[in-house]
Amino acid sequence: MDIEMEMVPLAHYLFLSATLFVIGVVGVLVRRNAIVVFMSIEIMLNAVNISLIAFDRYLSLHDGQIFSFMVMCVAAAEVSVGLAIIIALFRNKPTINLDEFNIMKS
Amino acid sequence: MEPITAPAIDLVSLAPVLVLSVFGIMVLVTDLFIGKDKSVLVFISLTGLLMGAISSLAKYNLPVHSFNGAYIVDHLSVFFTFIFCISSALAILVSVDFNKREGIKVGEYYSLILFCTVGMVLLASATDMIMIFLGIEIVSISLYVLAGIRRNDPKSNEAALKYFLLGAFATGFLLYGMTLLYGSTGSTKLVMIASAIRNGGVASEPLLLMGVVLLIIGLGFKVAAVPFHMWAPDVYQGAPTPVTAFMAVGPKAASLAAFYRIFSEAIPQLSPSWEILLCVVSVITMFVGNLGAIMQTNIKRLLAFSSVAHVGYLIIAIIAKNSLSSSALMFYMLTYAFMIFGTFGIVILLGRKGDENLEIENYSGLAYKHPVLALSMTIFLLSLGGLPPLAGFVAKFFVFSAALKEGFLILVIIAVLNSAVSLYYYLKVIVFMYMKDPVKEFDITLSPMTLFVIAISIFGTIQLGIFPDSIIALAQAN
Amino acid sequence: MLLKLTGLVPLFPLIGCIINGFLGLRIGKNAVGLIGAGAVGLSFLTTLFIFAGLVMTPVEERVFEQVLFTWMSAGDFAVDFGFQIDPLSMTMMLFVTGVGFLIHVYSIGYMHEEYSFYRFFAYLNLFMFSMLLLIMGNNFLLMFIGWEGVGCCSYFLIGYYFEKKSACDAGTKAFVMNRVGDFAFLLAVMYIFNIFGSIDFTTVFHAAPEKLIYDGETVTIITLLLFVGACGKSAQIPLYTWLPDAMEGPTPVSALIHAATMVTAGVYMVVRCNALFALAPLSMTTVAFVGGGTAVFAATIGMTQFDIKRVLAYSTVSQIGYMFLAVGVGAYTAAIFHMVTHAFFKACLFLGSGSVIHGLHGEQDMRKMGALKDHMPITFITFFVSTLAIAGIFPLSGFFSKDEILYHALMDGNVILWGMGITGALLTAFYMFRLVFMTFFGESRVDPHVHPHESPKVMTVPLVILAGLAFFGGALGIPLFHGWHVLHNWLEPVFHFDMASALEHSAHLLHEQGKHAPSLTHLLEPAEHNLWVEVALMALSFSIAVAGIFGAYMCYIKMPHLPASFTKGQWGYDLVKNKYEVDELYDETIVKPTLEGSTLLWKEVDAKGIDGSVNGTAKTLGWLSNHARTFQSGFVRNYALFMVVGFISLLIISL
Repeated sequence: MDIEMEMVPLAHYLFLSATLFVIGVVGVLVRRNAIVVFMSIEIMLNAVNISLIAFDRYLSLHDGQIFSFMVMCVAAAEVSVGLAIIIALFRNKPTINLDEFNIMKS
Repeated sequence: MEPITAPAIDLVSLAPVLVLSVFGIMVLVTDLFIGKDKSVLVFISLTGLLMGAISSLAKYNLPVHSFNGAYIVDHLSVFFTFIFCISSALAILVSVDFNKREGIKVGEYYSLILFCTVGMVLLASATDMIMIFLGIEIVSISLYVLAGIRRNDPKSNEAALKYFLLGAFATGFLLYGMTLLYGSTGSTKLVMIASAIRNGGVASEPLLLMGVVLLIIGLGFKVAAVPFHMWAPDVYQGAPTPVTAFMAVGPKAASLAAFYRIFSEAIPQLSPSWEILLCVVSVITMFVGNLGAIMQTNIKRLLAFSSVAHVGYLIIAIIAKNSLSSSALMFYMLTYAFMIFGTFGIVILLGRKGDENLEIENYSGLAYKHPVLALSMTIFLLSLGGLPPLAGFVAKFFVFSAALKEGFLILVIIAVLNSAVSLYYYLKVIVFMYMKDPVKEFDITLSPMTLFVIAISIFGTIQLGIFPDSIIALAQAN
Repeated sequence: MLLKLTGLVPLFPLIGCIINGFLGLRIGKNAVGLIGAGAVGLSFLTTLFIFAGLVMTPVEERVFEQVLFTWMSAGDFAVDFGFQIDPLSMTMMLFVTGVGFLIHVYSIGYMHEEYSFYRFFAYLNLFMFSMLLLIMGNNFLLMFIGWEGVGCCSYFLIGYYFEKKSACDAGTKAFVMNRVGDFAFLLAVMYIFNIFGSIDFTTVFHAAPEKLIYDGETVTIITLLLFVGACGKSAQIPLYTWLPDAMEGPTPVSALIHAATMVTAGVYMVVRCNALFALAPLSMTTVAFVGGGTAVFAATIGMTQFDIKRVLAYSTVSQIGYMFLAVGVGAYTAAIFHMVTHAFFKACLFLGSGSVIHGLHGEQDMRKMGALKDHMPITFITFFVSTLAIAGIFPLSGFFSKDEILYHALMDGNVILWGMGITGALLTAFYMFRLVFMTFFGESRVDPHVHPHESPKVMTVPLVILAGLAFFGGALGIPLFHGWHVLHNWLEPVFHFDMASALEHSAHLLHEQGKHAPSLTHLLEPAEHNLWVEVALMALSFSIAVAGIFGAYMCYIKMPHLPASFTKGQWGYDLVKNKYEVDELYDETIVKPTLEGSTLLWKEVDAKGIDGSVNGTAKTLGWLSNHARTFQSGFVRNYALFMVVGFISLLIISL
């Protein structure tokens, strides 16, 4: 039996990825906790990774895999910086509720 | 079995990146072994920037493609590397006295600026989306830290947090856009994408277009184009002033270079569909930037909105995408570097410990106490407003003529109208300096480094306004 | 050989500006005055040498270009930083540096009590530099630099007495109004660049007949844009309201910038572009009617003002209207002629009024003057001579220049334009003599604590010279016999325009577009010089002027109660006196809505609320709306939401 026939079509992966991406976006929009917002952003990045890998697999390409590794590396770097910023913030004001940070506005 | 040959790695073309990275690490390491006095670090980083700029000339017979077409050394990248090195050097120079005054005693500060410069060079030279992504992230992550470098200042913290969260959010969009571009054309290399589109090798037209829109958002955020600009005023206000100046020039220039490369090299074929989008973005960016600035009372916020407006003009160069517009982009960013560092240099001088004097009314009567400073500020502001014969005018004229050549008459009219409006708020500051009585005593320490930056900037602003030809010739060499 | 000195003319004032600006406070007032006036004096001398050089060159070669360096070149486009000397720019240079020098000398006396004397001279010299750039530039962009430069200097000098809020406001107003004009000018330059690929005067004007269709859309738009620019700078309807307010500046500034030189730059620019305007009959008509309209309109306001400088300001607006009227009917020489004579008599009038104000320790209200002729005889005589000149009394300069304009308005234009001109002449004579009678004659209404005195020599000598020029300046253009019009002969080559070949080209261009070219042969018939009509008009305008003076005499000397009786409670008079409420109209329709709009945008949309936009978009985003409403205080999220909204809008646009 042909394996290709049984494979899930590319579009499904893309829909999954798009859905995850939207979930991430909505998470950023509606959550107040800085950490959760940050996790939502991570979901967005991982949604992108799914797309990248899916494209690679179905179009028989390789660049996307490299790309997704890069994305993971960068995401890790961002995590470290992001958490550091949040900790610095927490030291001055013991909260990570984003709504409490609005000194600067027009 | 095929013989294994060593891969062709052209490290020479990477020279500025390597030099700057090495010096960045050197600063970090040296910081461990010296005491409280950080002036050695300043010296090392300035040397690094100088060497970086020189090493960018290592390649001749431009353009040189390396790393399988992921990296290019051409006139655009070399010119931009110079802009980055100049702007980073100016940023370090204005930081020295500021940091001493405000008690910022961290050595990482200088290495972060160097690393950020590395990212910018990568951005301007990358011809592969992966590299562009890396460049953007190197720049952004350094900036997140720099914005929050005053750890005990709630404003600085908040700026870092806002910048970080929104930046990461925008990165998500940018990445998704790149992915869709990659998925529909099958390559991450700009040239290959272009050829796939040209030869009808596009897997899915809607995905491609979706990808382009997402790219505009990601890049639009980095250059602070409306409606992705909301972070800019807050972050500009909260970040330490030298960092604000730094952010307003180098990273913006780098993102614009990448913006230009992607749109003119990878997807010029799609221009009918993205032209209209960029036109809309450019127009609302100009309007929001200029109208927003009118109401500001804080000089840093005013400059933030003004820099938003300038992005609006610069996007016009991307829309025009002819040979004139790339050199216009380079020339504009160079002049912009001088104008911005000059302005911020004066903003820094006017501050003192614990009181940065950032309200516009604090500039009242500056002309009577410090006529030369007021005159310099006037020159910078008028140049930002595009008054001839200062550099800002030539730069704007250049961008607008590039667009006119492609027939974007309406767009240019709107831009000229906007630059006329913009003079209004620049003038407001001048009115305060010349025509109002001081509200309080000025207590200005004329620190030599900052004055040096202001002097260089004055020279640049006037020189590039009256004798711009030699620099324009350099920008046009390609 | 002498022409090579060209670069020095603007250089001297620039050096003067730099020295005074940086060292002014240290070198003392005498040195500042010497350097300031001396720099302009030197540039006047140099101009005389260049003039001699130009006179010596044969008529056909009287266009000299000196390129200092290439300013910027981009691709196939290059702009030089160069000067162009031809009879037109020469004429301008002569009177700008000449009158400018006299006013500088006068300022030494007038401004002597000021603390920041040096600042004044630095600005004034910078102004001279910019003005000379404007005149001498060999391309549109260089002209634009000068154009902006004089605008800036004007702004700084109007706001010179910055302690007065009205002065600051007036400065800002002048600047903003000028921006409207500058905007149009810049657009025109860009349009020209787009069509010709060059912005050099020589190139553009040579190519104009070949590339532009007579009465075509392109040339009409370009010229109208240029004219809007000229309106802003030269204070014509509808952009004139800044000029009267500009009188907040020191009086020498009013004389130099707001009467003699800068405000005539618009006329100069239009005259310079005569090759373009010649192809745009519609624009020419517009220019003529705007000019004629302004001439009458401003004169009516001038009749009702009591501030001595404001009367003169409206008079300036009105006189520049005359110049535009002349330009509009193609009488370029007449326009330049009037510009020159106007520079003489108006500078004299302003300086005279300055002398009066000086003598009265700052009083500007004519109701508190009167009978000053005995106290300040020199001022009075010079002022009186200039008034006769501006009123158009034979044989003073204004008579000839104004008469020439009226003659051309009738012959080349139409009766309506001529009617405007003659009405303006009547009103001019009236309000000028009203001014003279109220100030120098009648009973003294001067505050008893003030003792009027004559001004020092450094102020009166320039007055006498200017009055002399105002008296004899008419000799430049005595009409009647063709060869006698010196100025006409001198400027003729600049205005030479080959209409026949232009029409041929435009017929050809139209033919290429598949259109039929209308027959325009009537344009080629040479204009006739009708001696008798001119003599008749001269007699008429002379009697009109006398009538105006007589009217003023009746109202203000013979029966001083007369004006009050018929102005009291008159709706029309109030409207005119309140300057037709144009300022209020602008405030209501443009300034306020803009400010309110942007306040609304930034107070409402940006600060409190992103609320509004959040609410709006929330609806479109369905279920998000509740959440957005509940949690809308978080700014980061709102910013993110804004980005998403932006994304969605872009997506919609791209579909």
